[in-house]
Amino acid sequence: MNLTAGSNLEKILKSGQKAVTCECGPPRGANADHFRHKAQYLKECADAVNVTDNQTAVVRFCSMAACRILLDMGIEPVMQMVTRDMNRIALQSNILGAAALGIKNLLCLTGDHNSFGDHPQSKNVHDLDSVQLLHCVKTMRDEGKMISGTEVDGRPAMFIGAAANPFADPFEFRVVRLAKKIKAGAQFIQTQCIYDMDRFRKFMEMANDMGLTEKCYILAGITPFKSVGMANYMKKFVPGIIVPDEYITRLKGVPKDKVADEGIKIAVEQIQQCLEMKGVAGIHLMAIEWEEKAPEIIKAAGLLPRPKVS
Amino acid sequence: MVVAEAKPIAEILQMVKDCQRVVVAGCKGCVTVCNSGGEKEVGILASELRIARRAAGQDLEVLEYTCERQCDPEYIEPLDDLVKDADAVVSIACSVGPQYIAARYPYLAVYPGLNTVFIGGSVEHGVFKEYCQACGTCIIGDFGGLCPVARCAKQLMNGPCGGSSGGKCEVGKGTIDCVWHLIYERLKNLGQLHKLEQPWGYKNWATSREAGPRTMIREELRK
Repeated sequence: MNLTAGSNLEKILKSGQKAVTCECGPPRGANADHFRHKAQYLKECADAVNVTDNQTAVVRFCSMAACRILLDMGIEPVMQMVTRDMNRIALQSNILGAAALGIKNLLCLTGDHNSFGDHPQSKNVHDLDSVQLLHCVKTMRDEGKMISGTEVDGRPAMFIGAAANPFADPFEFRVVRLAKKIKAGAQFIQTQCIYDMDRFRKFMEMANDMGLTEKCYILAGITPFKSVGMANYMKKFVPGIIVPDEYITRLKGVPKDKVADEGIKIAVEQIQQCLEMKGVAGIHLMAIEWEEKAPEIIKAAGLLPRPKVS
Repeated sequence: MVVAEAKPIAEILQMVKDCQRVVVAGCKGCVTVCNSGGEKEVGILASELRIARRAAGQDLEVLEYTCERQCDPEYIEPLDDLVKDADAVVSIACSVGPQYIAARYPYLAVYPGLNTVFIGGSVEHGVFKEYCQACGTCIIGDFGGLCPVARCAKQLMNGPCGGSSGGKCEVGKGTIDCVWHLIYERLKNLGQLHKLEQPWGYKNWATSREAGPRTMIREELRK
């Protein structure tokens, strides 16, 4: 097996097995115990756990520190890194620091715009965008060079990931942008939350036709609905997410105390539907502040126990 | 043009609260075009200040003058006589103006009457939009003539991001066009979509404000 970083996630994907990643967001404070508590649920059910980087532009404790906590717990992290808050000096510094701490998976993102977060009066950076960050990490790893051309003393061995949103516009350009991310260095992709199965299926067909699924591993993003309110909120207010009415009807159609169960049932069905699609290499479960349900969902989807690779 | 908008009158009144005599100085350049700092607006602001101060029982003498331009030292000169006995100048040029006035009159207070908002233009009467951030290295030739630096909320060089929906940017509640959607459509029309297939490299921000305040020297004009 030809490995670039040798992470568990990379090994599982390269062995041809379906991978499972889960998301775990650090808290809005220094409460590491809360983070450890949530992460503990994910230990046995995820091949690697994504740590978000100030997601939705809200201040949380930093991704790299949270990744270190996961490593100490015996959990493999995927460090998310956004270009919103750091320039190329800080980004490269953090890539090197993360590698030095033993972090082997890096997800390169531009990040949610700061106007949506808790500090809308902040200044954003955007020195690089996600595609440029991908290229930067790949060049540091493969050529041992920084953006400036300076040689790095110790190359950061990272398995490099990127995000893709099949539900944004213009739809026909989404695969072209995916191809661009792969050219820049992306080895795996974690998608935006998928609810519109038809559109995702079409996206995957286009990706297959372009040969992109031969060049990178696409993990389908799944977020279970906790409530009718959450489903409505996502439908109406989260840009780039399409929620078909049928799911809202289903959630409304069960007694109130069964809505969460129905949400989980939907998520399990979605996972199974995604995994049946050609080119889907695994799933990325984002059970937002509902990490305790992740084992149940992944088990019900037939994805437990997780494979051991060496 | 440089687009600017009037500061709230309360803010201006606060700035001149200790003054008895001020000069309101307009500019016949960009701010006249965007209806915020020309001769007409000088008259309006001067009247507002007089009325407000009279109502407060503290009369304010307000002199009015509109410079040919405030971004040229020679056009500041006509203010010399007017400012002699003034306590302050309220400039309603873009923010270049008050700084030129401050440079000419070291012992005179100068206050901005406008907020300078962007380099742009009007898209319909009364509606102005941003088109340029003066990054110093124009790259719009790669993007169908449209600027991702000024017009993409995240300044993406490889957009559109996942927040582009129905041609609109997720920022601005539907009021901002996704420039990357426009770039895509335009390059499609031009038969140049291949331009978007390769990752666009690192932008050199050293020509932007990042390298410090900029100076442009045209040697041929100095001779």
